[in-house]
Amino acid sequence: MKSTTENKLEKVAGNGLLGRRAFFQKGIVWLGASAAGVSMAATTGDAAPPWMKTPGAPLRGYGQPSPHTEATQRQLLQPYGTMAPGSGASVTPLQDLNGIITPNGLHFERSHNGVPAIDPEQHELFIHGLVGQPLKISYNDLLRYPTVTRTCFIECSGNGLFNANLADEPMQMPVGHLHGLMSTSEWTGVPLSLLLDEAGIEAGAAWLLAEGADPVAMSRSIPVSKAMDDAMIALYQNGEPVRPEQGYPMRLLLPGFEGNMQVKWLRRIKVTDRPTYTKDETSKYSDHLADGSSNLFSFTMGVKSAITRPALPYRMQGKGFYEITGLAWSGHGAVTRVEVSADGGTSWADAELSSPALSMSPVRFRSPWQWDGSPSVLMSRAHDNKGNVQMSRADWSVKYAAGHLYHNNSIQAWAIATDGEIKNVWS
Amino acid sequence: MFGVKRLLVIACFSATSVYALDGSPGLGQALDSAEITGIDISIDATGRNLPVGSGTALQGASVYEAKCLACHGAGAVGGENLADPLVGGIGTLTTDKPLKTVVSYWPYATTLFDYVRRAMPLNAPMSLADDEVYAVSAYLLFLGGVIEESHELNAETLPQVKMPNRDGFQSVWADR
Repeated sequence: MKSTTENKLEKVAGNGLLGRRAFFQKGIVWLGASAAGVSMAATTGDAAPPWMKTPGAPLRGYGQPSPHTEATQRQLLQPYGTMAPGSGASVTPLQDLNGIITPNGLHFERSHNGVPAIDPEQHELFIHGLVGQPLKISYNDLLRYPTVTRTCFIECSGNGLFNANLADEPMQMPVGHLHGLMSTSEWTGVPLSLLLDEAGIEAGAAWLLAEGADPVAMSRSIPVSKAMDDAMIALYQNGEPVRPEQGYPMRLLLPGFEGNMQVKWLRRIKVTDRPTYTKDETSKYSDHLADGSSNLFSFTMGVKSAITRPALPYRMQGKGFYEITGLAWSGHGAVTRVEVSADGGTSWADAELSSPALSMSPVRFRSPWQWDGSPSVLMSRAHDNKGNVQMSRADWSVKYAAGHLYHNNSIQAWAIATDGEIKNVWS
Repeated sequence: MFGVKRLLVIACFSATSVYALDGSPGLGQALDSAEITGIDISIDATGRNLPVGSGTALQGASVYEAKCLACHGAGAVGGENLADPLVGGIGTLTTDKPLKTVVSYWPYATTLFDYVRRAMPLNAPMSLADDEVYAVSAYLLFLGGVIEESHELNAETLPQVKMPNRDGFQSVWADR
């Protein structure tokens, strides 16, 4: 049966990569797929599982995931340990998710001194600086403004740090650690341009200073051009009020820009003529190059993809069929193409993309694969509609100084051994 | 109005329905200058908005000991189970073991003042007096070999401090 199936499937690249429409061809019956019948039972109840024969749980006000998925958790990165438990990050467990939207409770976190407990009744947004009329707008009043909705990713510019120039050899860790400082939500809020128009931007205004109400008053400089283009004061995340870890009651949304700029717990916007050169845009989120100098204001997140399955922390479960799947995104625009290789980059095949390409929104890619049990190296390579192509790790690495960890959008490879072990490798 | 057009552009990009709106609903309240003074804590690289006050490294040593030492360690060099080193590393940025600290990497001393005042110490942000912030900034810059121990930092002198890596940055944003 299996050999018959294999004969019908189109091979599109080396080492077992199948055509991306393989699933949808007629006449193919995967092993086991037709064996789902249940033997005839004497009574209705004999063949029914126990949860069909007793009343279920009562209704409840806010749903929770199944207890069987309790292990699907953000993993915590706390570099200062108990000294500063709120300083660090938690990563989205990409290994256990599918689709493109991140559940609100699993959206990655990055905070510099914990999540503030903000009373929305006391929270105001201030707009001042080079404006005709400085303003304060209460949270409740902001809820009355016209809103827009868009789906986009937010990615920490430190995403990919463990495969950056930190270490001498690849680290073995779940795909969530490697790429899970990127999450995607449908965001709803007020266009920032509307508020800046209300305040009236004056001549000479070129930058904003955006500041949060957290206990480091996180602040970043943002070009006015971006603020007037597609910036949003986000109030809702996947339909519900923005979660505390994501900036409740409001955060700045700057589609395609590095996450650190999308200031959470947004409290103050000062319109300025020059950048402020804050701590986070100079000492931290700057790019230390191989020649020793550093790039400032490298805001846009580069085109990137990552295979989330097969991936660590899991193992292969014997040879046969697998769906190679992952996410691809670009801060420059829309992902138009993702290629997948099963032979370490010797040959590539286009993957199926989940949805029409939306600007600054990820796509889910999928490639059917028949693994013959031989050692294999899986890779993915994304393209966007601005002509950007994801580069190799080697090409990326030589551009930057030792230890540099930001804006690593290079190709990542998973090596698969005959015994089913999966390893993160550099190639 | 300008705002309407912006709204329409965003709405089109996000493929939601589009409706016409005659500008902002205008629910913002006027923010007066006294309120602005209270909230405007950001200091840019030219030192605009620096507060009145002053301090030297001699005065800052005791501030450091009381407020910073527990996390940043003796001599502000960090260490195991400690916060990041604040001094050292000058000259290492072009080597294969770069050490990025306040004195080896940060381009502007104004940023040090701004960040300490808004965020430090981590267990009690915004608790230091402006004189203490000037003083502890001076102490760190002295420890790092950037200024003399007796050099007074104030709104005029702080922006004039030339950080060792001041010329080590280039903006890659197109309309800087």
